[in-house]
Amino acid sequence: MSNDVKYMDVAIWRGDADGGAYENFQVPAQDNQTILDVVSWVQQNASSTLTYRYACRVGMCGSCAMMVNGTPRWTCRTHVKKVLDGNKLTVGPLRNLPVIKDLATDMDPFFDKWVAAEGVHHPSKTRDDPVEQINPESSARVEASTGIECINCSICYASCDTVAGNPDYLGPAALQRAWTLYNDTRDADKQGILDAVSGDGGCHNCHSQGSCAVHCPNELNPMRAIAGLKRATTLSFLKRGR
Amino acid sequence: MLGLRLYILQRMSALFMGPFVLVHIAVMIHAIQGGLSTAEILGRTQGSIFWFLFYSTFVIAASVHSAIGLRVIVHEVLGMKGFALSTLTWSICLILLYMGGRAVTAVTMI
Repeated sequence: MSNDVKYMDVAIWRGDADGGAYENFQVPAQDNQTILDVVSWVQQNASSTLTYRYACRVGMCGSCAMMVNGTPRWTCRTHVKKVLDGNKLTVGPLRNLPVIKDLATDMDPFFDKWVAAEGVHHPSKTRDDPVEQINPESSARVEASTGIECINCSICYASCDTVAGNPDYLGPAALQRAWTLYNDTRDADKQGILDAVSGDGGCHNCHSQGSCAVHCPNELNPMRAIAGLKRATTLSFLKRGR
Repeated sequence: MLGLRLYILQRMSALFMGPFVLVHIAVMIHAIQGGLSTAEILGRTQGSIFWFLFYSTFVIAASVHSAIGLRVIVHEVLGMKGFALSTLTWSICLILLYMGGRAVTAVTMI
């Protein structure tokens, strides 16, 4: 039976913030197998010190994103057959983020930028007020709803060439979050959001290359959200000078 | 490295340059169709307030637009920032204004 087993050539990044190199493994190929399955097989059978991050395994938590053959992907929902290059797989840590160890990146810069973009809710009511009724068909709510399925996986951030060239740039996910809140009628500080995305690292740095929209596993379009922020900030500047 | 004000300046300058480029190219093509000599062209542009204002505004828009665009490229490719980046941005803008200004005065002043 063992002669029937086919193996894939899998190169996995091993290292930390100071550097590292790809290490090669022979991994048994299965009919149904995700990239996360491959990484887990290596950790369980070949190298127990391999470090990587995952949680839900069903594409909801956004924990397991990695670079697969040079492309950022959610590994728990990426089938090996879809991305196998010949018989080779190359798996590395997400681009544009510091490496902690092996395939686990430090997500702090990514989430710090959500806060810097005012990607936090600014309450307009107290707990004593009745729950506000939201019309799901209003234009603002429809616009906000286009971005709310973000799972914070950082794939858009890893794919963004502007982030690569300009580390201060807030990035697609944080700006999309800001646009979602800007269109939320329950948010009480819309001007604060526009101010936050208008600085040196703000939405105006986006070159509209569209890598975020191409690679988003949930098929969201952060570039559209950023274009919305550009329009809103420009109108605000023309009306109010800021 | 591109805040709201620089973004609007770059978009506004682009807004001006679009029609300027089209008019400039159209006039060039029109002018050479009839076989106008350099002296004949200068005879029409020198002393013309219209062409002075046209090309002066063109030079200002091009200088602002180029300086901001190069600022972004230099920051993203070379990592330059802060005072050095601002100095470079202003230097490019002023050099282009000087060179463009010389050309405009040579072509439109008597």
